[in-house]
Amino acid sequence: MAETAVSPTLVWLVIVAAAVGTLALRASFVVLFRRVETVPPRVERALSYVPPAVLTALVVPAVVVVDGSIAVSPGNERLLAAAVAALVAWRTERVLPTLGVGMAVFWGLRFLA
Amino acid sequence: MEDTQSGVRAGARDMVPLLSGAIPFGMLVGVAAVGVGFTSVQATVMSILLFAGASQFAAFDLLARDAPAAVVVATVLVVNVRMTMYSASIAPYFRQFSPRWRWPFVYILTDYIYALAITEFDESHPDYNRRYYLGAAIPLWIAYVGGTAAGAVLGARIPSSWGLDFVIPLAFVALAVPTIENRASLLAAVAAGVVAVAGAGLPFNLGLVVAAVAGVAAGLVVDWGAA
Repeated sequence: MAETAVSPTLVWLVIVAAAVGTLALRASFVVLFRRVETVPPRVERALSYVPPAVLTALVVPAVVVVDGSIAVSPGNERLLAAAVAALVAWRTERVLPTLGVGMAVFWGLRFLA
Repeated sequence: MEDTQSGVRAGARDMVPLLSGAIPFGMLVGVAAVGVGFTSVQATVMSILLFAGASQFAAFDLLARDAPAAVVVATVLVVNVRMTMYSASIAPYFRQFSPRWRWPFVYILTDYIYALAITEFDESHPDYNRRYYLGAAIPLWIAYVGGTAAGAVLGARIPSSWGLDFVIPLAFVALAVPTIENRASLLAAVAAGVVAVAGAGLPFNLGLVVAAVAGVAAGLVVDWGAA
C-alpha cells in the first residue's frame, strides 16, 4: 500500500467531478438527448473498443514497467502472476477466481524468491 | 397489491446470484481505496456517488501515481463511457416511468442492473418493470456500498508488506479479458497496451489517454477492413 497520503481536497474534488460526469453519461440518452432514439451505429462501434483499450492500457504498464524500465523476464513476479490471471479470466470470465489465482501466484513467487 | 410484490421479488431473486460478485468487489474497492490513502468515509462516499467499480480502481491507480485531478476524472469518464450505450438501449423503457423515478433509476444504471433489466423488461408492463428494477437495484446498492465500507475498515488493518495493491492491476485483467471478443477488440487491446508502455514516461500520465485513443483507432481500422 502507498504510504503517501493523498490530499483530502484532491480526493473530494475527484470524487464529486467523476460522480457528476458519470451520472451525466448514464443520463445521456434517457434524460439529456431525449430526441435521439439510439446511438448511431458508427459511434457504437467506436465505443465498443473503449473498454478493451482503456483496461489494457491500465494493466500492461503496471505489470511490465518496473522502476521505470521494461521488465519482460521470469524474474518479474507481477508479469507472471498477471499472465496466469489473464488465463483464468479467459477461461472463467469471473473476477474473483482471477484475483484469487493471481494473488496466490504473486505471493507464491515472492515466497520462493 | 400482489403484482407489486411479485415484481420486486422477481428483481431481488434475479439479483441475488450476482451479489456473490458485488459484495467482494465492493470490499476490494474499499481495501484499494484505503491503500492509496483514502479514509473509510471517502471510500464509502465514493462508492455511493460513483457506483462504478472499474472506474474507481482506475482512479486509485492514477492517484497513487500522483496524476493531476483532471487526468483522473477524464480516465474515470472514459472507463464509464460504455454507460451511454446502456442509457440509449434502456431509454425507451425509462421514458415510461414518471420523472421522479427517472433520476434514481439512471443513477443506479450499471453493468449488472442493465444486464438484468434489458432481458426482463417488457414494453407493455411499465409498472412491473419499475418494481422489478427496484427489487434488483436495492440489494445491489446495499451489497456494493456495504462491501466498500467493510473493505475500507478491513483494508486499514492490512499491512502494506502484503502487496495487496497488486489487486488493482489484477482487477483490470479480470475486467479486460472478457471485453476481447474478436479480432478487432483484440487488436484494440494490443495496440493500447503497447502504446501505454511506450508512453509510460509521459507527463500527467498522458500515456494512458494516448493509448486509449490508439486502441480505439486500431479497432476501428480492423472494423473498416472487414466491412
